[in-house]
Amino acid sequence: MQALLRLSRQGGSLRQIQSSGLSVAFARAYASHELTVRDALNSALDEELARDDSVFVLGEEVGEYQGAYKITRGLLQKYGAERIRDTPITEAGFTGIATGAAMAGLRPVCEFMTFNFAMQAIDQIINSAAKTLYMSAGTIPVPIVFRGPNGAAAGVAAQHSQCYGAWYSHVPGLKVIAPYDAEDARGLLKASIRDPDPVVFLENEILYGQAFPVDDKVLDKDFVLPIGKCKIQKEGTDITLVGFGRCVGHNLKAAAELEKAGISAEVINVRSLKPLDRDTIVNSVKKTHRVLALEEGWPQCGFCAEIIAVVNEECFDDLDAPPERVTGAEVPMPYAANLEAAALPTPADVVKVAKRMLGK
Amino acid sequence: MRTLTHTLHSPAGCRNAHASHLQHPQSFHARRLNRAQRPASLQICCQAVATGTPPVKEGTSISNGAAKSKSKKISPEVATTLYRDMVLGREFEEMCAQMYYRGKMFGFVHLYSGQEAVSTGIIKAMRADDYICSTYRDHVHALSKGVPSRGIMAELFGKKTGICRGQGGSMHMFSKEHRMLGGFAFIGEGIPVGLGAAFRVKYQKDAVGDESADQVCASFFGDGTCNNGQFYECLNMASLYKLPCIFVVENNLWAIGMNHPRATGPSEGDTAPAIYKKGPAFGMPGVLVDGMDVLKVRQVAEEAVERARKGLGPTLIEAETYRFRGHSLADPDELRKKEEKAAWGARDPIPQFRKYALDEGLLTEQQIKDIDKDVQAEVEDAVQYADESPKPEKGQLLENVFADPKGFGIAANGSYRYQSPGFHSGNTAAID
Ligand SMILES: Cc1ncc(C[n+]2csc(CCOP(=O)(O)OP(=O)(O)O)c2C)c(N)n1
Ligand SMILES: [Mg+2]
Repeated sequence: MQALLRLSRQGGSLRQIQSSGLSVAFARAYASHELTVRDALNSALDEELARDDSVFVLGEEVGEYQGAYKITRGLLQKYGAERIRDTPITEAGFTGIATGAAMAGLRPVCEFMTFNFAMQAIDQIINSAAKTLYMSAGTIPVPIVFRGPNGAAAGVAAQHSQCYGAWYSHVPGLKVIAPYDAEDARGLLKASIRDPDPVVFLENEILYGQAFPVDDKVLDKDFVLPIGKCKIQKEGTDITLVGFGRCVGHNLKAAAELEKAGISAEVINVRSLKPLDRDTIVNSVKKTHRVLALEEGWPQCGFCAEIIAVVNEECFDDLDAPPERVTGAEVPMPYAANLEAAALPTPADVVKVAKRMLGK
Repeated sequence: MRTLTHTLHSPAGCRNAHASHLQHPQSFHARRLNRAQRPASLQICCQAVATGTPPVKEGTSISNGAAKSKSKKISPEVATTLYRDMVLGREFEEMCAQMYYRGKMFGFVHLYSGQEAVSTGIIKAMRADDYICSTYRDHVHALSKGVPSRGIMAELFGKKTGICRGQGGSMHMFSKEHRMLGGFAFIGEGIPVGLGAAFRVKYQKDAVGDESADQVCASFFGDGTCNNGQFYECLNMASLYKLPCIFVVENNLWAIGMNHPRATGPSEGDTAPAIYKKGPAFGMPGVLVDGMDVLKVRQVAEEAVERARKGLGPTLIEAETYRFRGHSLADPDELRKKEEKAAWGARDPIPQFRKYALDEGLLTEQQIKDIDKDVQAEVEDAVQYADESPKPEKGQLLENVFADPKGFGIAANGSYRYQSPGFHSGNTAAID
C-alpha cells in the first residue's frame, strides 16, 4: 500500500487541465428531446422490425398484453401475430425455439418477462446459443438478442430481484449489454439486433419510465452505438466511478455530492459488459489514480471484481489508493423494505467510500 | 344473496360482476358448458387403457352455478369449517388489496379471490401432517393449511413477526410447522418440490421402514404453468415412483393476459384444451372438477388423498375456477371481458355454498352471521397485529443465508467473517 501512496499527485494538475468536461457540455447544449428508456427500446424494436423481415419478437405477453412492461406496445398491431409471437410459459421451450430459428437464419429478439425467468432457459442461452458458432467451426452463427429487465426491482423479494451481469459476462461467445439511458437503450438495442452474435441485453425495470434528453442523431433510424465501448458519462479528475445500468445513475448522484466536497469524480458507464472496453477504464484511472466500482449484484466473481482485476493488470502503478468496490449484500433479496434497502448499495455508500479513498 | 364477505373491503371486481351477470351471462358460459355437458365418464379420464388401474371415481361433473350440488352429505361441523375457511380466504385477500393501496405491502401481490373452493376443498380434506406446495398466489393456501392470519399479514407488511420474519414476502410463504413448503415465484418450480415431499414420505416408509409414514403432498399451480416442462417431467416421475402426491391445477382460464386456449393445444380429437387428460397419458387418473363448488372439489380431493395414502400413486385434478381480480394488484386486467367476469362472478363459491348450507340445514342464518363476524374480527386483528409489529432489525440482514454461517468464509484477521462485530448488518457495516 505504501508503494501506491508514494505515487505523487504532482501529475494530477496537469492531467486535470486536459479533461475539461467539454463533451458533456456539448451534448447537453444540443439536447432537444426527452425520451424514456421504454420508448427508446420500443422505437428501436419497431425500426429494426421494419428494416429487416427476418427480425421477430417472441416471449410471454409480448403481443396481446403489449408486453409485461409495455416495451412491445403497439408492435403486434403493426407487425402481426406471426412476428410478435406470444408464447406459453415455457422459457426453456421458447428460448430453444428462438435459438434454433436463429441458427436456421432468422434474427429473433427473445424477451424474458424478467431475466430471473431466463434461469429456466440458461442451458439454451449458454449451451445452444453461445457455443454453436464455435462447435460448428464457424459455420452456424446465432444472431439473437435475449432481452428483458435485469437486477433488483422494488419489493419483489428473493426470486425476482437479482443481477445476471456477472453470470452472462462469464461466458465465451456471448456479448452482454446493459444500457443506462435512452441513448444507450436505442443505439445498443439496434446494434444488438444487427449483430451476428448472441447478445444478452440487460435492461432495468426501474429505469423504464425514466426520461433522458437525447439529441437528433439519437433519433435517426440508423443510429447505432458500437458494442464494446464504454461511455464517459461525466468527466472528472480525482476518482473514477465505474458501473453499469442503474448504478451509473447512482454514481452520477454520488459525483454530484462529491463535487460539493471538492472532489471531482469521473463516471464511466460500462454499457457493454462484454466485450469490456478496458482502454476507457484504464485511461481514466491513469488520469484520476483512483477507482471505485459499483454493482447491485453479489461481490464474489462479480463485475466489480473484473474491473479491479483489469486496473490491477493494466495500471497498478498509476494507483494512489487501493481499488475498492461497493456491491449488493451477500444475501437473497429480502422482502421487508428496510432490509431490502440495506441489501442494496446507494449513492451515499459510494460517497462515503470515495471520500475515504481520498482521505477526506 | 348476502354479500357480507365483500362489504367491508370493497371487492370492486367481483361484486360488480354479480350485478351485471344477469344482463350478459351468455357467450362465455356457453363455451365452458360445452365441455361440462359431456357425459361424466368422459370427464373422468381413466387410465384403464394405459395401465389397467381404475379411475379415481365417476361422477364429478361440472355443474352450472345454479345447479344443486349432488355431492355426498357433510356434517354441520364440516360445513362450518369449509364456510369459515372460504370466507377467511376472501376477507383476507380483500383486506390485502386495501393494505396494498395504502402502501402497507409492496411489490407483486397476487390475490386468490374467487378460487377459494379449490384451496378449501383440497386442503381441508387433508391432514395437518400432510404437505402442500404453492405458488406466488399463496396466502390463502397457507390460511387453509392453518398458518395463522396474523403471521401471514405481518409477513406481507414486511414485519419481524411475519411467518418468514419479513424475508419472504407475499410470493414466498413458508411454514415448517404447517408443512407449507412455499411460496415459489417461478412457474413450475413448486411442482417438483411437492414431489420431493411425497418422495420423502415414501422413502420413510420403504427405505427407513416407518410404517406410519402415510402423508401426502398436494401441489397447487395454474393452467399457464401446465405448459412448462417441469409439469410433464413431474407427471412422469410421480407415476414412475408411485408417489403419494396430488397435482392440483387451478385452471382460472388466464395466465396474466394469456387466455388458456391461446397457450395450450387440445388433445387429439378435441377442439379445446383439457389439462386433466394429461393424467392418463402419464399413467395416473385425471379428474376434471367444478372448482367453484367446494363440495365437489372436496369429494375429488378425498378420493385422491385416499389413493395416495394407500400407496396407489398420484392423481391429477383440474379444477375449473376463476380469479375475480387482476393477475396481481399491479395488473390493469384489460383483456378479460366484462361478460366473462360477470358469468364467473355469478358462480362465486361462497354464496353458492352458503345457500347450500342453509338449504340443507347445515348452518343457520345466525351461525353464518357469527362466522362472518368472527372472520372479520380475525382479519382486522391480523392487520392491527401486523401494523403494530416491529420491522426486522438491521442485524437480521445476513442471517439465514447459511445454516452454518461459516459459509461466509474467513476474514482478514483469520476468524470467521460472521463473527466480526456487526457482520449480519451487511455491507454497509463494512463501509462505515
Ligand atoms: C419461469 C417463470 N416465467 C414467467 C413468470 C411470470 N409469471 C408469473 S405468474 C404468470 C402466469 C401464470 O399463470 P397460471 O399458471 O395460469 O397461474 P395463475 O396466475 O393464473 O394463478 C407468469 C407468466 C414466472 N413467474 N416464472
Ligand atoms: Mg391461470
